[in-house]
Amino acid sequence: MMENTKKISDATEKTPDKNDNILEVSHLKKYFPIKGGMLGRQVGAVKAVDDVSFTLKRGTTMGLVGESGCGKSTTGRTILRLIEKTEGSVLFNGKDVYSLSHKEMRDMRTKMQIIFQDPYSSLSPRLPVGEIIGEAVREHNLVPKSEYQDYITSIMNDCGLQSYHKDRYPHEFSGGQRQRICIARALALNPEFVVCDEPVSALDVSVQAQIINLLKTLQEERNLTYLFISHDLSVVEHISDTIGVMYLGGLVETGETADIFANPLHPYTQALFSAIPMPDPDLKRNRIILEGSIPSPANPPKGCKFHTRCSHCMECCKTVEPQAKDMGNGHVVKCHLYDTK
Amino acid sequence: MFKKNNSNYISSKETKRISKENRRITSEIEKKRNRKHIPESEYLTTMKNPENVVEFDNVHTYFFTDIGVVKAVDGVSFEVPQGKTVGIVGESGCGKSVTSLSLMQLVQRPQGQTVEGEIRFNAGEKVYNIVNTPISVMQTLRGNEMSMIFQEPMTSLNPVFRIGEQVDEIVKLHNPSMSKEDVKRRTIEMLELVGIANSEGVYRMYPHELSGGMRQRICIAIGLACNPRLIIADEPTTALDVTIQAQILDLMRSLKDKINSSIMLITHDLGVIAEMADYVVVMYAGRVVEKGTAQEIFKTPSHPYTIGLMRSKPVVGKQVDKLYSIPGKVPNPINMPDYCYFKDRCELSCEKCNGSYPGVIKLSPTHEVSCYRYQERKEAGWLMEEHLGKEGASERENKE
Repeated sequence: MMENTKKISDATEKTPDKNDNILEVSHLKKYFPIKGGMLGRQVGAVKAVDDVSFTLKRGTTMGLVGESGCGKSTTGRTILRLIEKTEGSVLFNGKDVYSLSHKEMRDMRTKMQIIFQDPYSSLSPRLPVGEIIGEAVREHNLVPKSEYQDYITSIMNDCGLQSYHKDRYPHEFSGGQRQRICIARALALNPEFVVCDEPVSALDVSVQAQIINLLKTLQEERNLTYLFISHDLSVVEHISDTIGVMYLGGLVETGETADIFANPLHPYTQALFSAIPMPDPDLKRNRIILEGSIPSPANPPKGCKFHTRCSHCMECCKTVEPQAKDMGNGHVVKCHLYDTK
Repeated sequence: MFKKNNSNYISSKETKRISKENRRITSEIEKKRNRKHIPESEYLTTMKNPENVVEFDNVHTYFFTDIGVVKAVDGVSFEVPQGKTVGIVGESGCGKSVTSLSLMQLVQRPQGQTVEGEIRFNAGEKVYNIVNTPISVMQTLRGNEMSMIFQEPMTSLNPVFRIGEQVDEIVKLHNPSMSKEDVKRRTIEMLELVGIANSEGVYRMYPHELSGGMRQRICIAIGLACNPRLIIADEPTTALDVTIQAQILDLMRSLKDKINSSIMLITHDLGVIAEMADYVVVMYAGRVVEKGTAQEIFKTPSHPYTIGLMRSKPVVGKQVDKLYSIPGKVPNPINMPDYCYFKDRCELSCEKCNGSYPGVIKLSPTHEVSCYRYQERKEAGWLMEEHLGKEGASERENKE
């Protein structure tokens, strides 16, 4: 175990400068084919992820927010190569994830892990917890056999589980504890990058706070990088350094958390933020209520994808797709409203 | 040997004894309920305050399971005034839903029984005590005078019937004299009321053709079809996106005023409560720990649990380094302690807390809390804020 943690700290010491990107995603696309007709030919495609580009610095957290069906989870999974991309590239530590052979990919997987949303269905009911956490460790021969048990115990302790939990089965645990098991399972491989796919949405408020705190402490201890996918904006604001707002498969706005929350530029971001319920009965806000629901990703609107629901829609929005525009301090927005400036 | 160390372990002999005992109790209650011709005098009563739609008075709903009695609702009292929204908050398993199911008499019988207390429902001319009301009378009340909107719009609609048929059903059931055309007209009217633009088209659609937000609108249309006096909304927006949630909440607020009914809103989201509710009831482990107007609860939360709940939720625009989390977990519902249920998780517990469950203390005419801290405070002018430390006090200032 010592060896492994040392490896990580070595890696971080080597490149302490600020431009150390652990992940570079450029023009990533994922289309799911729609089969139809008598011969089962492809008749269309669901554009789940359509041209997403961003970079992620080591040791930081990027929050990915958006409505359900906007492609947040697909982005996370395509980055991990859990599903194959259609186009684009994903550079992890400078290496293209998609150019790796099967064997190289296996080793790479220990460096990037995922925590799933639902702790009730993502744990095998037939395996004891110690086995769930340790399975991959043994598979990859990360620690010598003699140290294996101690290693699992120490991981469990780090994640707030007791060592006697090792022989129990998932059904004996509450939702919060199951999520801790999921986190322990991901961290047992000593990853550098973890995709958290809505890790707290299925949990109660008070348990949610425990898990968020745990994720934050672990990040500090192990210098982890998170891609935090969530639809809960208050949680994302709390945990993230940068935020990407997704709409219908594309990123419409990215930037520092503080910038985006203080000054949301894209009309969709503004509407999204104004919809957050605030625990203050006196607060009266000008709420922007979006009409209708998100269009089908199989047949997205032409031009700006948001123009069908946008209150600032102009003529050019309907035909020309807006380009990404840097508004300073890495705050990038895709909207025609900022073309002239 | 391993199992004997486990405090939750029960021998099969013990289980048999418990289940026999349970059957004795439940069959007695069931017998009483299933009598034919129950006289009206048994279930008609009068409201304490005729302005209220519902009065919960010391309600106890228990589940008789083979490993012991689960006191899901253990002495809950609160009122829902006419035309107001009452929000019920609490963590999962605290008895929010069972409280509302008791009101609808939908608790799973015979295991689940309301064993004590009164639920008075004001249906206009008559006032019913729901606990004793026979099923045949309940059927005229359910859907007609009170209706429920469920959490999962995906599963609460029948996938094999068209939307129109499902809304028609409830209109027809409660208005048997209506002609077919009138029923359809009423349904289309309801669909338009909940903001469905293409109401004629949606009338002929199946649930799978609609999005989650649209389905929840249909559920609301079904709920409101008979202009009920009370709408029970059980986590109506939990399964929906933030933007859709805003739409639905907005819709519920405007509809409430339009048909002048009351809403009982059950949720665990404090933000939703703050936006919707006039009165707030905070529940913990089957009991009401604090209740008051929304202003009182959010400006001066008094029970340590309410305070903990508020501090553990991240709030947009307020950065904290580490979120507060309430230590420990909810006690086992079968063996509830005889002292304050929150004592083991409470950071402010004192010697007095070892005594029996604290009584209700009035902080203002509408604000009530069950905590020993306030008994002392009442006696000695003690202030909660001093003991909460600077963080708690400054947080409250920020809010104001």
